[in-house]
Amino acid sequence: MFKDGESRIKTMIQGALVIAKKDMKIYYLKPPVLIFGVLFPLFLFLSFAVGRNVPLDTLVPGMVGITLFFTASSVVPLILPWETRLKTLELLISAPIGVNTILLGDILASFIFGIIISLLPLTLGLFVFGANLVYFPILVLNIILSSFCFSCLGNIISFPPTSEPSQIMMFSNLIRLPLIFISGIFIPVSEMPAWGRIIAPLSPLTYTTELTRFALGGQTSYSPYISFVMIALFSVVFLVVGFALHKKSMPKRVQNL
Amino acid sequence: MKPAIKVENLTKYYGKFLALEKIDFEVREGEIFGFLGPNGAGKTTTQKILTGILKPSGGQVSILGYDMEKDPYNAKRFTGIVPDETNAYVDMNAWDNLTLIGELYGMPKKNIEVKAKELLEIFQLYDRRKDRVKGFSKGMKRRLILSMGLIHNPRILFLDEPTSGLDVQSTRLIRKMITDLNREGVTVFLTTHDIEEANQMCDRVAIIYQGKIAAIDRPENLKKAVKAAQSIEVSFHRQVEIIKELEDLPEVDEVRKQGDKIRLFTREPGKVIRPLVEYAHKNRLEFLTLNTLGPSLEEVFVKLTEDKESVAGV
Repeated sequence: MFKDGESRIKTMIQGALVIAKKDMKIYYLKPPVLIFGVLFPLFLFLSFAVGRNVPLDTLVPGMVGITLFFTASSVVPLILPWETRLKTLELLISAPIGVNTILLGDILASFIFGIIISLLPLTLGLFVFGANLVYFPILVLNIILSSFCFSCLGNIISFPPTSEPSQIMMFSNLIRLPLIFISGIFIPVSEMPAWGRIIAPLSPLTYTTELTRFALGGQTSYSPYISFVMIALFSVVFLVVGFALHKKSMPKRVQNL
Repeated sequence: MKPAIKVENLTKYYGKFLALEKIDFEVREGEIFGFLGPNGAGKTTTQKILTGILKPSGGQVSILGYDMEKDPYNAKRFTGIVPDETNAYVDMNAWDNLTLIGELYGMPKKNIEVKAKELLEIFQLYDRRKDRVKGFSKGMKRRLILSMGLIHNPRILFLDEPTSGLDVQSTRLIRKMITDLNREGVTVFLTTHDIEEANQMCDRVAIIYQGKIAAIDRPENLKKAVKAAQSIEVSFHRQVEIIKELEDLPEVDEVRKQGDKIRLFTREPGKVIRPLVEYAHKNRLEFLTLNTLGPSLEEVFVKLTEDKESVAGV
């Protein structure tokens, strides 16, 4: 065998970085990414915040959370349908890299996009709205872990073997939109009704918002340790489930190439 | 010596539709192997399985001894692919497309740069290397795709309809490149509709029909095998109005008028010459040309696929 153990992992990481570099060149400025990944969360949040006296410890974590969630999960669902339609996926599948390497590269591109774009609301919160940054390392780790987690979620969303990016973007909003209402974005978990407090832990976005609130000195319902563990757990589950779903749908997808 | 490509019992179902039925063949190292067949015969499915894009429903494929199912990394490492449709990244420039493929095959950066420059120069794209592929003509895109298939110095090159729909200049450039590469030892698997292209370029040809291999041999052997398609081509100093009499000549199976020439199809050309001369003498006709012709590869192809159709009762 050509690749075993360590060298196989190294090859996978190298391949994923190549794929991610290509994705960054092509997909970051695609209209669906800018609309659903940047403008959509911005306007959604503005419609919630403008004209209301939202406390700073709700406003800034909500703004960071929703941006991170939408941006990190918006690039990866677009890539596979796009590449199926243009048949460029054929180039990648016939190369000596596995399907999981391709998926990991797409996740990486989405992950980096999430981190970059989330810096905008964070900068706005810190320097325009005057939020206090109390725990910088927690904020950084939270952004990194959450961005990876949401990119893995985006990877799951992209599994249907369609070649129509618009179908996937609609499917993606069908999953993402309900999540923002149960994740303490607009109302902190502690102020939610009883049913809200029961279902909030089921959303990874809840822990992102809670950690951001904690890092900015606000009150939280979960300890930062629990939040980090839960985001890491969601990431692993999303990654494994995403790989499994794509393994199942990929033969059907390549038939359309 | 291990074959470059070995296919055993290869079967592919799409749902309940049987696209490939237990096909077997080998491609020797260093040969140009043509893969011919009508639309829907299974050509592209076969090529996609050989290149690891599609998974077979049954059977085995090995590339230079590496099993595609068990060891896809090594099996894919040595192959270059030029698909029938241009699938370069149109939002990237030519240079980035080439370097992407080089990186995917794990080439060192320096080697990628040297090889990319060399290929872009050969294919007359170097001056346009920083232009987005979106603005390229069909011929330019095709040349770029060929460069992308060659960047990592593959030992086996898969080409699917490489010259289809191209202008004469691009066609000649690509054909020359293929023969040059083959001379350097690259094995070429050429899927094509263009029978004349296969006839001119291929060492051996396989004809696939309805998911089964109808024949595999050297083009000239295939032509010899189809005796019924041998013919005598004749032209007289004046037009022959009635060809019924020619059809009645002994050993003549069929007569076809083609422009100012007449072709008499026969299994025994030698036995037709004398009656034909007598016919000309009787009708006061002077010969302008008289040639005995073997079947073209196209006729072999039609004959073989017709035979298969009649066996299948289509």
